[in-house]
Amino acid sequence: MWKKIFFVLTMFLFLGLASANAGKKFIQIKGSDTMVNLGQTWAEKYMEKNPKEFIAVTGGGSGTGLSSLISGTCDIAMSSRNIKEKEVDLARKNGIEPYEIKVALDGLAVVVNPKNPVSKLTIDQLGAIFTGKISNWEVVGGKNAPIVILSREVNSGTHVYFKEHVLRKNDPNSKEEFAPGALLLSSSQAIADEVAQNPDAIGYYGMGYSSSKHKPIMVAKDEKSEYEAPTIENVVNGKYPISRPLFLYTNGEPQGPIKKFVDFCLSKEGQDIVLETEFVPMK
Amino acid sequence: MRKFKEFIIEKLILICGLASILFVVLIFIFLLREGLAVFKTVGPFEFLLGKSWYPISEPAQLGILPLIIGSLLVTLGAAIISIPIGVASAVYISEIAPLKIKEILKAGIELLAAIPSVVLGFIGMVTLVPWVKNIFHLPTGLTALSGSIMLAFMAMPTIVSIAEDAVYSVPKSYKEGALALGATHWQTIYRIILPAGSSGILAAIMLGIGRVIGETMAVMMITGNAAIIPHTILQPVRTLTATIAAEMGEAVVGSEHYFALFAIGIALFVISFAINVTADLFLHKRSS
Repeated sequence: MWKKIFFVLTMFLFLGLASANAGKKFIQIKGSDTMVNLGQTWAEKYMEKNPKEFIAVTGGGSGTGLSSLISGTCDIAMSSRNIKEKEVDLARKNGIEPYEIKVALDGLAVVVNPKNPVSKLTIDQLGAIFTGKISNWEVVGGKNAPIVILSREVNSGTHVYFKEHVLRKNDPNSKEEFAPGALLLSSSQAIADEVAQNPDAIGYYGMGYSSSKHKPIMVAKDEKSEYEAPTIENVVNGKYPISRPLFLYTNGEPQGPIKKFVDFCLSKEGQDIVLETEFVPMK
Repeated sequence: MRKFKEFIIEKLILICGLASILFVVLIFIFLLREGLAVFKTVGPFEFLLGKSWYPISEPAQLGILPLIIGSLLVTLGAAIISIPIGVASAVYISEIAPLKIKEILKAGIELLAAIPSVVLGFIGMVTLVPWVKNIFHLPTGLTALSGSIMLAFMAMPTIVSIAEDAVYSVPKSYKEGALALGATHWQTIYRIILPAGSSGILAAIMLGIGRVIGETMAVMMITGNAAIIPHTILQPVRTLTATIAAEMGEAVVGSEHYFALFAIGIALFVISFAINVTADLFLHKRSS
C-alpha cells in the first residue's frame, strides 16, 4: 500500500520537475496565417543554432494571435495588421502591455485562374468587384461569366487590411463591406486551391503564396497610373499599391529568450529568410 | 469496514452519475450568461431575423437568419440523402443479407463512422466540390449540396446501426405470423417489420440529424461560408457551427461579437436539444 503511494508521489514530483523545466525555454508563437511560413522558417533556423530552445509556431489569423497574447497563452503574436485600440485596452486590463516590432513588408497579391483573360485592374475596379457592384467578368474585359469572390475569414489580418485599404480606400467613414455572397475561406491555402481550379474565381493572399497555378493581377492606383505587378521590387520602391507591414507583438519590451529570438528575426540572417519566403525585408 | 467501503463506492458512483447532469447544467448556465449579454446591443428579433452578418464592422451587424437557414438547409439536404439509404441498408442488413455479407457490411459501416470529419471534409473539397461544380455548371462547387452529401456520409453510420437494432428487435413471431398468412418477404418487411420498428427507426433518424447539425469541420471546408440567404441548394451557405468555429479565435473576449457567438451557441443548443428530446420520446414510446 505504502509502496503505491510512494510511487504515485514520486511520479508527481517528476512530472512537476519536467513541466517546470519545459516551461523555461519554450516560446509559443501564434497568429497571422500570412506569416506562418516565415515564422516557421525563422523558428527552424533559430532552433538549429540554439538546440536547447524550443519554439512552437501556429497560425489561425492575426486576430487569433493577438487575442491569445491578450489572454496570455502565447509569448509572441504575429500580426499582419496593427493592433486595435480595443485590443490594447483589453490587454492592459489583463496586465499585458503589447509591444510592436515591425519585421517585414508584404505585398497583397490579387489572383485569378491562369485561364482568365483579365490581367490588370484598378483599385476602384477591385473595390467594386469585392463589394459585389461588378458581378460579371465582362464589365472588366473578361468573358461573360459571374465573378466568384473569395475572401479570408474575419479573423484574418489580410481580410481586415483588404477591407480597409481596397474596399474602403483608407476612408474611416466608409461603410463598404465584402459582398454577402463572397465565399469566406479559412486559410490562404484554401483560397489558392480554389483559384487554381476555378476559372471564374478571384481571391487575394500574401505574395508568399503565389505559384504558377494562379495569375497575379497587375494593379494600378487609378486609371492614370501604371499597372504594377506584385513583385518584391515594386513593394520596396512603393509602386505596388497594396502592400503592408508585418508585425510581431510581445508583452512589454522583449527580454531573455524572447529578445534573443526577436533579435535573430531582425538580424541579417533573419531578414534573408524574409526574402527567401517571398516577403520584403525591412532594410 | 466492508459496509463503509460499500457506502463510499456507492456514493462515488452516484457522484459520477450526477456529474454529467451537473456539467450540462453548468454549460447551459455559462452559455446563457455569456450569450444573453448580446441582447444589450441588439434586440432578440433583430438578432434572430436580421439578414446581415458583419460582426467586425462598426457598428456590427448581427443578424443570424442566414446562418440558421444555412444550417437547416444543409441538414435537410443531408437528411433527404441519408435517411432512405440508411433505413434501406438497415433493413437489408438485419432482414435480407446472408450472414457473411451482414458481417462485412456491419464492419464497413463501423469503419465509415471512424473516419474523422476533417478527413471527410478534405476528401470532399478535392473530389466532390469540382464534381458538383461541373455537373451543375455552377460558378463554384462550394455549395450547400456539397455539404449535404458529405454530412449524409457522417449521419449514415448512426442511422444504420441504431435502425438495424430497431428492426432486429421486432419480435420474430410478427414476421412468422405474416409469412404464415401468405405474405411475401417484401410485404412482410413493408407492412409488418417497418411499422413495428418505426419508433426505433425514427429515433435513429433523429440522432443522425443531431449529429449532422452539430458537425463543424467538414461543413466549414466545403460549404463556402457566405452569409447569404440561399434560394437553392446549389448556393453557398454559412452554418451556425462554422461561424462559431471560424470566428471564435478572433472575437475579443467581452466584445459584442464574442457575446453574439455565444448567443449562436444557445441557438444551436436549443435546436439540437429539441432533436435529442424528440429522439428520446420516440425511444421511450418504443420501450413502453
